[in-house]
Amino acid sequence: MNIFHFMLQNRAEILELTGEHLWLVGVSILIAVIIGIPLGILITRWPALNKPILGSANIVQTIPSLALFGFLLPVPWIGDRAGRLAILALTLYALLPLIRNTYIGIKGVDPAILEAGRGMGMTARQLLWQVELPLSAGVIIAGVRVATVICVGLATIAAAIGAGGLGEYIFRGLAMVNNQVILAGAIPAAAMALVADVCLGWLEKRLTPH
Amino acid sequence: MNRYSGEPFAIEFRKVSYRLKNGRELLRDLDLEILPGETLVMLGRSGSGKTTTLRLINRLLEASEGEVLVEGKSVSNWDVIGLRRSIGYVIQDIGLFPHFTVERNIGLIPKIEGWPPARITSRIRELLELVGLDPEVAARYPRELSGGQRQRVGVARALAADPPILLMDEPFGALDPITRSELQRAFLALQQRLRKTVVFVTHDLREALLLGSRIALIDSGHLVAIHEPEQFTSSADPLVSSYVGAFEGVGPRAV
Ligand SMILES: Nc1ncnc2c1ncn2[C@@H]1O[C@H](COP(=O)(O)OP(=O)(O)O)[C@@H](O)[C@H]1O
Ligand SMILES: [Mg+2]
Repeated sequence: MNIFHFMLQNRAEILELTGEHLWLVGVSILIAVIIGIPLGILITRWPALNKPILGSANIVQTIPSLALFGFLLPVPWIGDRAGRLAILALTLYALLPLIRNTYIGIKGVDPAILEAGRGMGMTARQLLWQVELPLSAGVIIAGVRVATVICVGLATIAAAIGAGGLGEYIFRGLAMVNNQVILAGAIPAAAMALVADVCLGWLEKRLTPH
Repeated sequence: MNRYSGEPFAIEFRKVSYRLKNGRELLRDLDLEILPGETLVMLGRSGSGKTTTLRLINRLLEASEGEVLVEGKSVSNWDVIGLRRSIGYVIQDIGLFPHFTVERNIGLIPKIEGWPPARITSRIRELLELVGLDPEVAARYPRELSGGQRQRVGVARALAADPPILLMDEPFGALDPITRSELQRAFLALQQRLRKTVVFVTHDLREALLLGSRIALIDSGHLVAIHEPEQFTSSADPLVSSYVGAFEGVGPRAV
């Protein structure tokens, strides 16, 4: 039986696991965007927070994912449910690219534009929403793109703690020493990463000012 | 109070010093009175403190000592946003918003101020005409304009909400000589009509003589002298005459 046959036969389960996978990644990215973009903005305004915030996000990135899942297990409420735990871990991984790109994007806005805007009497809030964020949107989306691709890959490991997702097939296949089962998880995960990469790459290009 | 008319000066510097956090002094004891409707040119070499002086007027910087008054009121007593909206600001790098069309750039402050759309549209058309731009450029993005056109848009944007004061920081410095002289003439014609209080910064003596009703020479953060163009070139002050001497064969504005 070839791999396509196998996937076709198990399409219901693969679809369900793909849905779980999407859910884990989608919720994590959403939370990371909600937290990461404001943090990125914050450190452009408060340079003293720059090192501690970027530094912490950086350290998280260096923790091996299995270890991070393990560390979070004893955390109350979070540790109760594998899904919550996986989402928290993925969110933490997604934060660095989001914070960093928001910071770089805003810092990259031409100072002459800000000088003109401030000089003509725009408030800090108007400058942020009408000038700084639109002009750095491309760079920020590039951060979302990197974070998403990282999370699609890392989410496969969430299966190790029972959070579901396409990793289930990969771990099952590893246990059974069956490549076909591994591929049935890996192929949809890779496709998901590719689609996210292409779509967000397109968006990034559209939002980058010429 | 202004000794000629009893009205307040448009802008007044009283013993203003400005120091950086590290203690370096960029301006020292600046006393300067600018009359409503005049074009005061601040002339000086690069790094003399001209931009610093301008930024003290719209409170992008705050004086370390002394006081800057706009329309008779200390800038620190103005609401800073209101202050800036009554002062047009044109900089050498122009700083047009690259993601906005020309009309959105010009209409931004009127829009923020809540003008009705019809009034904004007619104001944009009026301003384009005023600065000598084809109404057809309204829908273009700044990158689709020439340097001279961009600077005209910068002036139109600064005039959008009809501020009584205009600060211009080497606005024509980056343009080629022909375009620059076109814009200088356009500025003179425009100022003839509008009679704004203009503080115009330049390092170019010719430009100062052509545009200024008075010229203030600033050197290393000090105001050296302030004269009408006719007197400026014949001043006996050594710093003035050495600045003038650097521009051989330049005379006062031809009448
Ligand atoms: N924020 C700053 N930090 C350090 N040096 C500055 C700063 N702003 C201005 N300067 C210095 O102060 C001097 C005066 O600057 P500026 O007012 O911009 O001069 P000008 O506009 O006449 O060329 C220059 O030597 C400039 O390098
Ligand atoms: Mg300057």
